[in-house]
Amino acid sequence: MFDLIVFLSLILLGYVFGRANEASHYKSIRNRERASRRMEINCNKAIDPAWNVVAASLVTGSTAVSVDYFKRVAASLRNLFGGRVSAYETLLDRARREAVLRMKEEARKLGATMVINVRIETSSISGAKGNNQSIACVEVLASGTALKIR
Amino acid sequence: MILTNVENVPGKQIVEHFGLVSGSTVRSKHFGRDFMAGLKNIVGGELKGYTELLEESRREAVSRMVAMAKGLGANAVVNVRFSTSSVAAGAAELYAYGTAVRLE
Repeated sequence: MFDLIVFLSLILLGYVFGRANEASHYKSIRNRERASRRMEINCNKAIDPAWNVVAASLVTGSTAVSVDYFKRVAASLRNLFGGRVSAYETLLDRARREAVLRMKEEARKLGATMVINVRIETSSISGAKGNNQSIACVEVLASGTALKIR
Repeated sequence: MILTNVENVPGKQIVEHFGLVSGSTVRSKHFGRDFMAGLKNIVGGELKGYTELLEESRREAVSRMVAMAKGLGANAVVNVRFSTSSVAAGAAELYAYGTAVRLE
């Protein structure tokens, strides 16, 4: 009985805070994406010979995120039937966009005007073992070459 | 030391190649961070402690790579790549590698 209460309250906590968290994070992501729209990023290596590149430097941005308790339970239920696990989709979407934004921020600090050859890498970082509530989280790293073009 | 992740340094000419240079570090999280991350796992969202730890370790891996390149007499590293692998539960390896070159 006690276990059930703990379980349900964790689900409730996760649902309430996780939702609020996600909503505010998405809002901040959208705002910052709008603000940094002028910084061009692409996945090509090619450099136009017409550009007068005065400086080039590696920039990175990374973030480690995890899902809330409610979503974890929802995802494990989804596992029974298969199909889209939207709980994890939003997690990865948020993490990637955040990592790219941080990379852009670093490029902006260097005075760069664009970032080329952007690579996005995702790795899953498993936490402490021993207890079955191991910490599951993913890390997303975005890296690219920032160019200062005059 | 200039680092890029494309094959050359835009706007500069490469005069000499020194081959592969790499740097790596294996880090684990300390108990306090694990504990906080465990709490954070209930409500979800970014795990700031982990993000910081990974950033720190990546910088360490890059600085080791740069030290190796300097030892060879290079002044830039091109085509830099990163890789992260979790070695065991609680420990992650961060690896950075690239090609050391000298620019004119």
